[in-house]
Order: sequence, then C-alpha cells, then structure tokens
Amino acid sequence: MTKFIIRRLLQTIPVLLGVTILVFSLMHLIPGDPAQIIAGEAAPERQVEQIRERLGLNDPLHVQYGTFLGNVVTGDLGTSVRSSRPVADEIGARFWVTVELAVYSTILSVFMGLIAGIVSAVRHYTLTDVAIMVVALFGLSMPNFWLGLMLIQWFAIGNWIPESLQPFLQMRASGWGDDWRQVILPVITLGTAGAAIIARMTRSSMLEVISQDYIRTARAKGVKERVVVYQHALKNALIPVVTVVGLEFGALLGGTVLTETIFAINGMGRLTIDAIRQRDFPVVQGTVLVISVLFVMVNLLVDISYRFLNKRIDLN
Amino acid sequence: MNSSENILEIRELRTSFFTDEGEVKAVDGVSFELPRGKTIGIVGESGSGKSITALSILNLLAKPGEIKGGEIRFKGENILTYSEKQMREIRGNDISMIFQEPMTSLNPVYTVGQQIMESIRIHQGLNKREAKLKAIEMLKLVGIPSPEKRVDQYPFELSGGMRQRVMIAIALSCNPDMLIADEPTTALDVTIQAQILDLIRELQNKLNMSVMMITHDLGVVAETCDYVAVMYAGQVVEFSDVRTLFKNPRHPYTVGLLNSLPRHDIEQEKLKPINGTVPSPHNMPKGCRFAPRCPFATELCRESLPELVADENNNQIRCWIYSDEWDGDPEVNVHDSEERTAKG
Ligand SMILES: Nc1ncnc2c1ncn2[C@@H]1O[C@H](COP(=O)(O)OP(=O)(O)OP(=O)(O)O)[C@@H](O)[C@H]1O
Ligand code: SF4
Ligand SMILES: [Mg+2]
Repeated sequence: MTKFIIRRLLQTIPVLLGVTILVFSLMHLIPGDPAQIIAGEAAPERQVEQIRERLGLNDPLHVQYGTFLGNVVTGDLGTSVRSSRPVADEIGARFWVTVELAVYSTILSVFMGLIAGIVSAVRHYTLTDVAIMVVALFGLSMPNFWLGLMLIQWFAIGNWIPESLQPFLQMRASGWGDDWRQVILPVITLGTAGAAIIARMTRSSMLEVISQDYIRTARAKGVKERVVVYQHALKNALIPVVTVVGLEFGALLGGTVLTETIFAINGMGRLTIDAIRQRDFPVVQGTVLVISVLFVMVNLLVDISYRFLNKRIDLN
Repeated sequence: MNSSENILEIRELRTSFFTDEGEVKAVDGVSFELPRGKTIGIVGESGSGKSITALSILNLLAKPGEIKGGEIRFKGENILTYSEKQMREIRGNDISMIFQEPMTSLNPVYTVGQQIMESIRIHQGLNKREAKLKAIEMLKLVGIPSPEKRVDQYPFELSGGMRQRVMIAIALSCNPDMLIADEPTTALDVTIQAQILDLIRELQNKLNMSVMMITHDLGVVAETCDYVAVMYAGQVVEFSDVRTLFKNPRHPYTVGLLNSLPRHDIEQEKLKPINGTVPSPHNMPKGCRFAPRCPFATELCRESLPELVADENNNQIRCWIYSDEWDGDPEVNVHDSEERTAKG
C-alpha cells in the first residue's frame, strides 16, 4: 500500500509539469503580441515595451518557462497587470469561497444521491424506483446554469417569499456571509447533477452486488436482511461510488464559473472570467494552474482511497 | 422408516420461477428423506433442480422463485410454515450450506475472521473476543495453517481450496445438525477436491452431522454417501441406498448415468453417454419426463407420468417398468445395453 502511494505520488510529477507547461503556453498560444494585447490596441509603444519588460517577454522561451516554473514552485504566481497585486493574493481571497461551494455541493450530492440510490435499489422495479430514476435523469440532463436561473426566478418572481426566506435572495459581493441560507440556492444548483449521478451509480452498483454469491452466503448464515443490505451489500457497492464522488468534487472545483456568475459569488470562477475579460494574463494563468493542481490532487486522493477500499484489487 | 429417525423429510416439494415466458417448474414434486447422521447424494444433470431444492430448504430463493407447495420437515417440523425470523434462527445454526463457488462466496470487504465470527455471534451470542477465539479454532479444525494469522486476512489473500475451507469453517461454526454442500468441489482441482471431501467426511463423524451432498459426480457419491436421490427434470426418479443403486440401478436414467461413468471394475470399450438432452422447462413431456430419451419408452410412458413408488426396503422408483400397468416387454432388462442401442 505504501509502495503504491509513493508510486502514485511520483506519477503525478510529470502530470503537474505538463500542467505548468500548458499554463505557461497559454500566454504564447494566443495570436499576436501578449504585451500589446494586455496594453490594448491604442497603447503607446513605450507602455507596451514596459509591460514586455515586466513580464520578461524579451527572454528566450525556455528561460521564460524556467523563471515561471521557479516562481510557481516557490508560490509566486506573478502580479496582476490590472490591480498590481500579487496573483497569489488575488486567488487566496477567492479560493476558499469556491472550495466551500464545492464542498457543500458535494455533501448535498452524496447525501441526496446515496439515499435516492439505496431506496431505488432496495425497491427496484417498483413505482418508487421508477420515480426516483426519472427525477435523477431530469437532474442529470439539466444544465446547471439553467437550473440556477430557474431557482432565482421561482424564488424571486411573484414576491410570495415570506420574510424569513428573504436572505435566500441576497447574493453576496464577496465570500460567504453570516447567513447559511444564502448558500442554499447555489449549492442546489451545483449539487443536483452530482446527486443524480451518485443516485444512478449507487443503484446500479447495489443491484449488481445484491446478486453476488457472497450475499447469498450472508443470508445462509442467518444474517438479518437489514444487515445484509446495509452492511454486506452497501460496503461493496460504495467502492465505485467513492470514485464518482471524488471526480464530481474535482469537476466542481473547476465548474463553478457559471454558477458564480449567476449568483454573483466572488469565487475563483468569477475571478477567472473577470481576468479573461480584462486580459489579465497572469491572473488567468494563476487560476487555471491552481484549479488544475487541485484537480490532480483530488484524483490522486480518489485513486488512493479506491485502492484502500477495494482490497480485491491485486496489489502488484 | 420411522420419521423420528429422519432429520429431513421432503414431501412433494414444488418450486417455480415466474418469468416473463411463464412459470418454470424448477422443482416439481421432489420427495426424499435423510436419516440422522447419514449422507444423501443428490445427483442429476445440470438444470435438474438440485440447487433449487437445496435453496428451498433454507428458503433462500432469489426473486422470481417461489415455493408453491409440499412439505419440508426438519426434525419433524414443517419449516415451510416458519416465519422469516424463525428461518433465520435455523440458517447457519441448525442447517448450514456451502456453495459451489469458493472464489465468490466470501465477502471481499470483510476478513475471514469477521465472516466466521458473524454467524457465531448471531447464533451463540458470544462477545467479540470469544468469537474470534472460536473462529481461530474453526480455522484450525478445517486444516488452515497458522490460523492466528489467517483470521485477519481478506479472501483475496487465500487460494480457492483455502476459501472453501473457510466456507466450511463458517458453515460448521455453530455445530449444525445438517450441512448442505452444493457441489463443494466442482470448482477446485482434483487433489484439493479429495482433501475437501475427506475434510467434510471427517468433520461429519466428529460432529455427528447429517449431510446433503449435491453433485453430478457419481464417483463422489460412491465415496461419500449412504443414500442417493437421482433427480431428472425437477423430480426424483430413483432413491435408494448407495450400494443398491450402484449394484442394481433400476431407473433407465440411472442406468444411463452409470454407463456414462468410467469404471475400473469391469472391462469397457467406450463410455455411453445418454442420447438427447434434458427437456426444456417450458416444454415438459406430458408423461414420463425421461420418455423422449428412454430406450424403453412405451405408449403408456408417453401418455402418463409414473408415481414415485417405494418398495419394502424404502427404495423408491419412478418408472412404469416396475408397475403392474407396464405395457412393454414383460421380460425387459434395463441393464441390457444391446436392447438400448437397438431401440434407442
Ligand atoms: N432465476 C431463475 N429464473 C428462472 N429459472 C430458473 C432460475 N434459477 C433456476 N431456474 C430453473 O431451475 C432449473 C433448475 O436449476 P438448478 O440450479 O436447481 O439446477 P442444478 O440441478 O443445480 O444444476 P447444476 O448442476 O447446473 O447446478 C433450471 O433448469 C432453470 O430452468
Ligand atoms: S417410465 Fe417409461 S419412459 Fe420413463 S423411464 Fe420408465 S420406461 Fe423410460
Ligand atoms: Mg446447481
């Protein structure tokens, strides 16, 4: 197991290097002179030259990459060309907002998805099962920005909302506030698709496991049906679900852009969009890099936990 | 035979599967009995209903399966009338079962010890520590080396033979009165097969168990069983003690099975497999189910189903030849293979 973890850690090194190369190339892949683009069409040549100098764009590419990598490794993500603040600080302020959003949404997904999936599996081919699966299919097919817009509309239009629910609508300008209710709509928006995926996965996994020989063995021992389903079967059925949950969480970290925009949440997604709009390349590079590294790390954890849970996999 | 001497008596058991294509009568009027402390072999081709009979005894049938009628008397009580809770107390405690597939019959996410301890804790109410000691003792009993270490291992760390020993340890951990072994050695290689059979026999004597041994290997029957029930298409066609069955098989199907077995005691040019195949459950013959394949079949056989009839030694047969109504050659000899080839 330790050997596996070490090997898996080593394997992420080339992946992370690849990520830095891609992120570094971002600036050079767009057609035209990045300094000119940052400065704007009409900017005087002296200003463009200044930007070029500041970003080190005059050095040969490999030197530029070396500097970039060195800076990244030491935690220096450069400086925003708009706010002149360090990119790391810009991201730091928004990072936890997005992580929190992703964590809450994942918790919602897991909670709803597991319950729905287990109920569906235990009652398979009944009306309950069919109903749950139809809702899940719906939840899965809905684009989440659309769901977000619908939720806002349902809550906002018609003024039927009682006083106590008003905070649902007060979107925030930065970070999370003091009222948990403000979190609910965006979390529902982000968590619904995940809940649907987890519900479907749990159901099919449970149904597969419940027909296995070892379940019959458990019954033949005189184990209560409740224990057979919620221990013998569920413990096996959850192994593939763990992977899905992890991947879902990883996807959420990078997938909050539209939801953050709709609900005016100042997270990483919004930061990226604003930076793109303002052609603030260092910030774009920084956010993409942070999200990618997070994604790789989450996948690594998923892999290790999957291996840990699934003792059936040959360790060689 | 007096019923109190029988640990198990099955009467006219009928079990069906209700599928989209209609009712599949997997077990259709099975009757036999098992005297206490003895071993009965259930033999028959694939699909004859052996496993379904066994699962019916423990009421462990999977979804579209359902027991339609008959009686299963265990220690004199008809357990078909038992509630689910009463059945749970019997399972793994009074009657245990081991299965054909040792590779998949153990839960991969629990240790061997946890799986043995589970039945001990359910049925004997021991605490964790006591149950673990008992689990180690059981592993020792079934001949697993260094049981103190094995007890904490997961199934994937064990070979097929070892896993089947663990299954036996689970099955015997609560001193059951009866063990049902559904083809316990089919998936194992030959030397391991012999070891497992020896183990079952040895523990049977030690613990004074009755055993129901399901197999399609007549060699296994000859070695381990006291009685044999031969099943064909969901019914018992012949039941007798093992010596009588091998010396003087009476049902044409039994004769066919024995002829398809390699024998060392007589000279034999080649094996004679039974012609034809098992009838489809959707298209059962009206009369004797073996009639389409039987070299002796007559009009009577094709028209009506013979009853299972017992003689004074309680040897039972389901075949018209042994009845007064028999309308074929009165001198018929089921052992005459010339006649078989001529007619069949
Ligand atoms: N789940 C099921 N659905 C429908 N029919 C079934 C089902 N399970 C078993 N059957 C029917 O029951 C019959 C008997 O099956 P059973 O498993 O008892 O055979 P068997 O004698 O144990 O054969 P084998 O030697 O292959 O184990 C089969 O021929 C099949 O038609
Ligand atoms: S009843 Fe007739 S068909 Fe059936 S086994 Fe006997 S002789 Fe053959
Ligand atoms: Mg079988």
